[in-house]
Amino acid sequence: MNIIVCAKQVVDVSEMKVDSSTKKPILQGVPQKISDIDKNAMEEAIKIKDKHGGKITVLTVGPADAKERIKELLAMGADEGILIPYPDKYDYHVVSTLLTEAIKKIGEYDIILCGEASIDLFSGQIGPRLAGLLGIPQITYAQSVNAEKDKITADRNMGDKSVTTESTYPVLITVTKEINEPRLPSLMQILGAANKPINDWTVESLADGLNPKIDAVELNGIPMERKNIIYKDNVDESVKNLVDSLAKEGVLR
Amino acid sequence: MVLVFSDDKKLTLEMLSKGSELAKELGKKLTAVVIGKNDDALAKEYIAHGADKVFVAETDIESFKAEEYTELLESIIKETGAETVLIGSNKNGKELAPRLASRLNTGCVTDCTNLYFKDKKLTTERIVYSGNAIAVEQFNSKPQIATIPSKVFDPLPKDDKHTGDVVKKKFDVEKSASKILKIQEMKSEGVNVEDAEIIVSCGRGFKNKDDIKLVDDLAEILKGRTVGCSRPIAADLKWLAEEHWIGLSGHKVKPKLYIAAGISGQIQHIAGMRDSGVIVAINKDPEALIFKSADYGIVGDLYEILPKLTNAVKEKMG
Repeated sequence: MNIIVCAKQVVDVSEMKVDSSTKKPILQGVPQKISDIDKNAMEEAIKIKDKHGGKITVLTVGPADAKERIKELLAMGADEGILIPYPDKYDYHVVSTLLTEAIKKIGEYDIILCGEASIDLFSGQIGPRLAGLLGIPQITYAQSVNAEKDKITADRNMGDKSVTTESTYPVLITVTKEINEPRLPSLMQILGAANKPINDWTVESLADGLNPKIDAVELNGIPMERKNIIYKDNVDESVKNLVDSLAKEGVLR
Repeated sequence: MVLVFSDDKKLTLEMLSKGSELAKELGKKLTAVVIGKNDDALAKEYIAHGADKVFVAETDIESFKAEEYTELLESIIKETGAETVLIGSNKNGKELAPRLASRLNTGCVTDCTNLYFKDKKLTTERIVYSGNAIAVEQFNSKPQIATIPSKVFDPLPKDDKHTGDVVKKKFDVEKSASKILKIQEMKSEGVNVEDAEIIVSCGRGFKNKDDIKLVDDLAEILKGRTVGCSRPIAADLKWLAEEHWIGLSGHKVKPKLYIAAGISGQIQHIAGMRDSGVIVAINKDPEALIFKSADYGIVGDLYEILPKLTNAVKEKMG
């Protein structure tokens, strides 16, 4: 079974701070990591490989330092990594086209696994775009997967219902956070990952004249205008003050 | 032309409202797409809510599959020459829109919370970085596809005098290699936090599952009777079902009163409740982030405060 896992390096949003005057997020100096749900995709790939054998290739479009992050996935159990640098300008159209061309260059694949979305921007576009460009079925929001020799079944979390879908190969699957608990590699595995290859593929070798269809204009902060009246002394007094305030606000009717 | 599609009627009506505003500005017509069987009542309703045309794509497709719906919409967009496409951002729409965009080799912005023309370009706003920022983006080519979550726009009032055409066309779609084996409704307690007027929520500050009763009691007195919670309670501890979960990955709510007890105020939670009317926080940690997002707060032990608050509210309301 040849499995390709698409993984993205993102800022760790839980470590992000907001500039108190502009309310804009501060992106510099925030630790980077592999998007959490992409690790779930990686874990699922390992489970499938354990059952059926084969090869796992990690595919990333990202900055040069993403290599360090790809190593974590190699330590978890991927066999090989491929890093494509970000072009000067990019959007989901550009990134998905690069990934698609890279997948075609890899050639043989049965399953492409992605997270349902990356935790930084949470668009969820890459999976469906890849499936569309490759012209293969997509099974999104998978919360459990059962890979058999010539077909795969997945339970999809659709919120108010669960949909069980089956597909032949090749297929693209996006997984949710609930599907598994990504393993922590052992020290031996971490050391072993150093010997696994990470190949650099250039943008030019994959696509010509790629231009984004969407231009980023600006990133704005979200103003949170609240009264911030905090009672911290005697509990009985605080409760009384709060109830009086709520009554005045007209929400106790 | 501006084209609107969702398999959710309510969401379609909301998008028709924004769609008609955009169409007017462009001097173009607004079309709603219906996929499946012809439904005259539905077509009429879409017209009364702003559609100039309803395009009914008649097919024998029984259940939604992104591959097949993509092919249908691709044909419809090519046939109608639609340049602006709004798709409802439910789970089906969110996997449909990017696939459709890839087939049309075009741009797509998901989960837009605002949509307008600036310098004659369609401009979108959406929330990114776990609710910490708004990304403003612009399309530079067409067709342009945007997905819109529910409750972002209000539907136009019904206008029975508004007229429009209904166009029907049969489509044969190439069947996807995927197959739906089973559709199972998830267990529901019938809780709907998204429509609740008053919500009392609990978080990691609660020590035991049984202690949630403290929140129940207050919610009961407040006549909101709706209990919410943060991620750990629903996703990790599973003390409450996911329908109670408020936050970026849970439900987004807009009650007139939101009380957060024992919730630290992670940005993911704030993203789900920031639009509430009045926000109250109860937390023993005076430094808890939740207080920054609150109108009123009490610093102290929720086990002492909640019963007292329930009593005081009971007395006040008589």
